[in-house]
Amino acid sequence: MKSLAELEAIRNKMQNQVGMRKDDDAMTRVVVGMATCGIAAGARPVLTALVEEIGKRNLAHVSVTQTGCIGMCKLEPIVEVTVPGQEKVTYVKMTAEKALKVVSEHIVNGRVCAEYTVGAEQE
Amino acid sequence: MLEISLHILDIINNSVKAGASLIGVTICEDRSQNCLTVEITDNGCGMDAEFLKAVTDPFKTSRTTRKVGMGLSLFKAAAEATGGSLSINSEPGKGTTVLTSFVYDHIDRQPLGDMAQTITTVLSGTPALDILYRHQKDGAEFLLDTREVRQILGDVSLGAPEVILWLTDYITEGLAGLEETK
Repeated sequence: MKSLAELEAIRNKMQNQVGMRKDDDAMTRVVVGMATCGIAAGARPVLTALVEEIGKRNLAHVSVTQTGCIGMCKLEPIVEVTVPGQEKVTYVKMTAEKALKVVSEHIVNGRVCAEYTVGAEQE
Repeated sequence: MLEISLHILDIINNSVKAGASLIGVTICEDRSQNCLTVEITDNGCGMDAEFLKAVTDPFKTSRTTRKVGMGLSLFKAAAEATGGSLSINSEPGKGTTVLTSFVYDHIDRQPLGDMAQTITTVLSGTPALDILYRHQKDGAEFLLDTREVRQILGDVSLGAPEVILWLTDYITEGLAGLEETK
């Protein structure tokens, strides 16, 4: 069973890492659309997969945030990835499985998953 | 929306946008009364009487990017499809309460779904928010007060990945415990 005592261990571990976090310019930003349209299309499991995978891989330079409706409701769930110094990449019709691939391929290895992007979808 | 927990996520997002700092989520599953109720209450900016009257109309929304807002309308439709209902109380400056009831064994009642994911999704998006989550099932109760969690964590964010993973497991185990004690 999970206990509140484990939280103290997490706190102690995390407090040691404070200061290791890089400044905002060096952060890779991952943004998930979490409005009604995103939620209905399955954005919640996508976000959960991203947060869990980035947590497990201990990617301290990656931030996952949520936003409202991006304006392309029929292409939801939408995930935007911005690596510092590069153009923003918009992934559409995401699933938890695709999200894991984006973490390993794009965020970790720097190879954009072109087949999931909004450009590939609209061709 | 395929699950009640997704509606709850959507309605909580309304509360977040209303500037709430504390949100109460109370789910009560009572099979002896054949009912499931969901109460979401916040201390956000509230709505005036005029807005409140029209708020479950999909063409009523406070956002300015476009003219539709589906969240409450979809939740209401899901409740009414089972013979249940949705009611809203709100006072400007004080906050809003959304109370929804479902007929438990109705064939069109959506499954409750993954409440752990709903709570952690909200917290990873808005780590400063406090949630009082109470879940009752046939007399047994699970309670999560993020203010207690925050106290233990000190200056570590509730949105930190390790904390989110812990919360997911904690809530999942707590809710599974409700099944066993019944």
